[in-house]
Amino acid sequence: MRGFAIFIAFHLIGLALEKGLSIPLPANVIGLGLLAAALFLGWIKLEWVEASSKIAIRHMGLLFAPAIVGTMVLAKQIQSEWLAIGSSIVIGTLVTMLAAGLAIKLWPDRRKQHDAAESHSA
Amino acid sequence: MTLLNPILHSPVFGIALTVGLYWGMVKLKARYRRVHPLICTAAVIIAILVLGDIPYEDYRIGGEWLSWALGPATVALAVPLYKHASLIRSKLAPVMTGITLGAIVSAGMTACIFYLTGASMELMYSAVAKSSSAPFSMEIARRLGGIPELAAAISVLTGLFGSLAGPAFLRLCGVRSDIAIGAAIGTSSHGIGTARLMETSELQGSVSGFAMAAAGMISTLLMLPVYWWLLSSS
Repeated sequence: MRGFAIFIAFHLIGLALEKGLSIPLPANVIGLGLLAAALFLGWIKLEWVEASSKIAIRHMGLLFAPAIVGTMVLAKQIQSEWLAIGSSIVIGTLVTMLAAGLAIKLWPDRRKQHDAAESHSA
Repeated sequence: MTLLNPILHSPVFGIALTVGLYWGMVKLKARYRRVHPLICTAAVIIAILVLGDIPYEDYRIGGEWLSWALGPATVALAVPLYKHASLIRSKLAPVMTGITLGAIVSAGMTACIFYLTGASMELMYSAVAKSSSAPFSMEIARRLGGIPELAAAISVLTGLFGSLAGPAFLRLCGVRSDIAIGAAIGTSSHGIGTARLMETSELQGSVSGFAMAAAGMISTLLMLPVYWWLLSSS
C-alpha cells in the first residue's frame, strides 16, 4: 500500500506544479520525472515501490479501457479517416522501431574501434 | 429501464462493469493465450452499451474514476526507469539517442502521413504520440487539441501491431542485440510490446520497459514547441 500512496503523492505534487507554476507538462509526467529523480537520489527506496509498481503497470490496461470505450461515439470520424490511421500505425510503427534499433546497432562502439586500432598498429 | 436508472447514473455501474469484465478477461487469458484483456473488455462493454441501449454518458461517470487512477499508475513507470537503468549504463548514449530518434521519427512520420492523406488536424494531434503509452498520448492530444479517447485507442492499436510484427521485422532488418530490440520495441510499441518481449526474454523486456517510460517523457517534451507554436498562432 505504501507504494500506491507514494505514486498518488507524486502525482499530486505533479498536479500542484502543473497548475501552480503553470508548467505546460501533464501532472503524470512531472510526477514520473520527480519519482525517478527521487529514486536515483536514494530519497525513495526501491523496495518501497517495487511490488506496487509491478501491479500498477501490469494492469494499467484496466485504467484506459474506459477511454477505448469512449471511441464508440467517434465511430463515424474513425470510419472516414481509417486510411490515415491505418497506414500511420503500420508504416509509422515499423519505421519508428527501425530508426531506434538501427541507431543503437550502428552506433560506433569505442571499444571495438580501440581494439581495431591496436591490432592495426601491432 | 426506469428501475435501473439510479444504478446506471452511479459511478459504481461503470467501475463494476469495467473491473468485473477485466478480471474475467485476465482469467480467460490464463486459459486462452490469445485473449487480450484490454481489447476484449472494451469490446464487450461497447457491445453491452449498444445492445442494452445504455447511453455512453452513463458509463462515463464511472469510467472517469478509473481514468483518474491512470495518473498515479503512470508515475509508477519511474520504477522500471530506475531499476533497469543499470542494464544500459554502458550503452547510455546509443540507447538514449535511439529512443529520442524513434520519438522524433514517430511524430514526423505521423504528421507526414496525415498531411498526405488530407486528414483533419484534430485527428493528427490525436495520433501524433501514438508510439507512446496511452497515458502520455492522451495528455499530449489533450494539450494540442486532439481527442484523448482516440489517442488512447490509436496508442493501443499501435502497441498491438508493434508487438505482433515488431520482433520478426527487427530480426529481418538485422537488429539482433537484446538491448537494441528492447529499446526499439519499447519506443515504438510501449507497454503492449514490453509485455510481449517479457514472455521470451527478461533482458529485452526490461530494456523495453525503460525505453517505454523514457520515450513517453521525451515525446511529451517534444510536444512543447508545437504547443507554444499553437498558443502563439491562435
